[in-house]
Amino acid sequence: MKSYQFKPYNVGRWLIWSLFAIVLICAPLMFTSNLSGTMLAQMGIAIIACLSYNILLGQGGMLSFGHAVYTGLGSFVAIHALNSITAGTSQIPVSLLPLVGGFAGIGFAVLLGYVTTKKSGTPFAMITLGVAELVFAMSLMFSEFFGGEAGISGNRVAGPTVFGITYGPQIQIYYLIAIYTFICVALMYAFTQTPLGRILNAVRDNPERVEFIGYNTQRVRYFAFIIAGFFAGISGGLGALNFEIVTSEVVGAGRSGGYLLFTFLGGATFFFGPIIGGILMVLAFVLLSELTKAWLLYLGLLFLFMVMYAPGGIASLIMMNLRVAAFGKLKQIWVSYLGLFVTAFVALIGAGAMIEMVYHLQLNSALGNNLKFMGIVLNAKGVDSWFGSVFIMLTGLGLFEAMRRHFLIEWGDIQIEIEKEIKRREAA
Amino acid sequence: MSYALELKDLRKNFGKTEIIRGVNLAVNAGERIAIIGPNGAGKSTLFNLISGRFGPSSGEILLNGHRIENKAPYEINRMGLSRSFQITNIFPKLSVFENLRCAVLWSLGYKYTFLKFLSGLKDANDLAEKYMAMIRLDKKRDLLAMNLTYAEQRALEIGITIAGGSNVILLDEPTAGMSRSETSRFINLIKEVTVGKTLLTVEHDMGVVFGLADKIAVVVYGEVIAFDTPEAVRSNAKVQEAYLGTHSAEEEAGGH
Repeated sequence: MKSYQFKPYNVGRWLIWSLFAIVLICAPLMFTSNLSGTMLAQMGIAIIACLSYNILLGQGGMLSFGHAVYTGLGSFVAIHALNSITAGTSQIPVSLLPLVGGFAGIGFAVLLGYVTTKKSGTPFAMITLGVAELVFAMSLMFSEFFGGEAGISGNRVAGPTVFGITYGPQIQIYYLIAIYTFICVALMYAFTQTPLGRILNAVRDNPERVEFIGYNTQRVRYFAFIIAGFFAGISGGLGALNFEIVTSEVVGAGRSGGYLLFTFLGGATFFFGPIIGGILMVLAFVLLSELTKAWLLYLGLLFLFMVMYAPGGIASLIMMNLRVAAFGKLKQIWVSYLGLFVTAFVALIGAGAMIEMVYHLQLNSALGNNLKFMGIVLNAKGVDSWFGSVFIMLTGLGLFEAMRRHFLIEWGDIQIEIEKEIKRREAA
Repeated sequence: MSYALELKDLRKNFGKTEIIRGVNLAVNAGERIAIIGPNGAGKSTLFNLISGRFGPSSGEILLNGHRIENKAPYEINRMGLSRSFQITNIFPKLSVFENLRCAVLWSLGYKYTFLKFLSGLKDANDLAEKYMAMIRLDKKRDLLAMNLTYAEQRALEIGITIAGGSNVILLDEPTAGMSRSETSRFINLIKEVTVGKTLLTVEHDMGVVFGLADKIAVVVYGEVIAFDTPEAVRSNAKVQEAYLGTHSAEEEAGGH
């Protein structure tokens, strides 16, 4: 049977999408606190943003340093539209405001993307950086539109209510975001299955050859850029509704960097990677930043290790292990995994203690030399604390390295076994 | 009746260096032409000029009577000319099937659409399957192109080139790097898939050249010094002197 034939009852696909819908519906029922409510809403927004970014990075091979331009400008246009609803000058239902953001995203992508996508590779990356700086500089200049330092605020309880939905309570806005998330994820997945989506992959792999099979690569990049801009704008519009305030920070380089970092962490080579990335992004920005002041440093370290050792991101790690599991070999290496995690954790405790002590000395030295770290009191100027931390870290690192070597051998053996198994099945 | 492909006083300079120095060539529809010549004679540059990879410094290129010398590669391809590359140039992270499906999409008029599913394009899928069977890669359908053997990648390279349905096909050293037995099998494949098409191929293997070509164009130092049937070229004194006859030149050609 040929796999491209239309299969109306593709069970696996139905199962995955139904599960996704159920998770979106049930998540706020399981996590009921205020904090988790806002986090879930932000996750939906981040998922759309990261997936739209991955149309560029993972599917088109376009490394953009300025994706926040499109999410951010979408946010600004949406909040202005919201304010015009409040003022009574326009009649758009609030539930369609994200689409306003989306069309703003299209507009700006048509305009700015035309210049950006004229080039590929490194020049493309440079131009996106330039455009991002340009827009950020403009945000400081045009305070009527960007609201200056204070930003633009709005009130999402505006216009006529439909079925008593005012979008006042957080749960109502969550479900609006959830619906948009589901539809946008489905649409972006559908895009990967269309002629333009596939040619975009070909442009990523080998732009020169694409020119010789009849396609203008510049046009392919441009169209993909506009589509990415649309979804980015929707994400921005949802953000405007969720926070009811938009500041110039949303078009800033930090935000653009965040999309790049977390899309990569999640995994740019698989469609679902950026979904993981979006979830991690919110976890890091909301929870990790509460946990420690040095959160950006930990994030940077994580990114560094990921680029070096798992360039396919978390998604590729999952897929690699699913392959191992499918051949029933996961039980051979789970002990190694446990060892890796434990030793890495030990090393992290040691390193973390030192990082926290340094931060304490730099920022909180007025509060004395003592700080609490994982339930233990450390003296940031004490020899014992430093010696202990170094000792723990080095022990962890040493054991980790030993475990890693052992693991690599095991992993290699398993891959060879799997290859043999595949050959055997092919021959049979 | 115009020629399938015609070059008129084509010239190309890189800086002050003249690489192509006034090439004239007229190819009838359906002819198989082999282009031979020592290394650095300008054979690949000639292909790059015809296919639009470089623009010529002066002169005209006519494809079925239409001038193409200032057009982009994709425009030339849409007018019915397709080429392969000396160094394998495929889509490494797409499967064999996807490689071929990408190559047929434009010719079937799907352009840049994102409003149709690939799985629903029966004509594109059938055509891609057909070419996959033609180049004997139907058993490797879902393998990523980067995981194919070298000979298979060369076959895929030809498959991508012919899949768009172009009538003028340019093959740049299709058998480069292949063993003798692979080469002879491969030449049969090329003959088979280019039936009824106009074919220009750069080739070093003399056995291949005399077996495949209706006519041979000999390029030396950026000029076509002979363009005739294999027998006539073989007995041409100028060719013997410049290329086939002198020992050093032959070694140069064979040593590639």
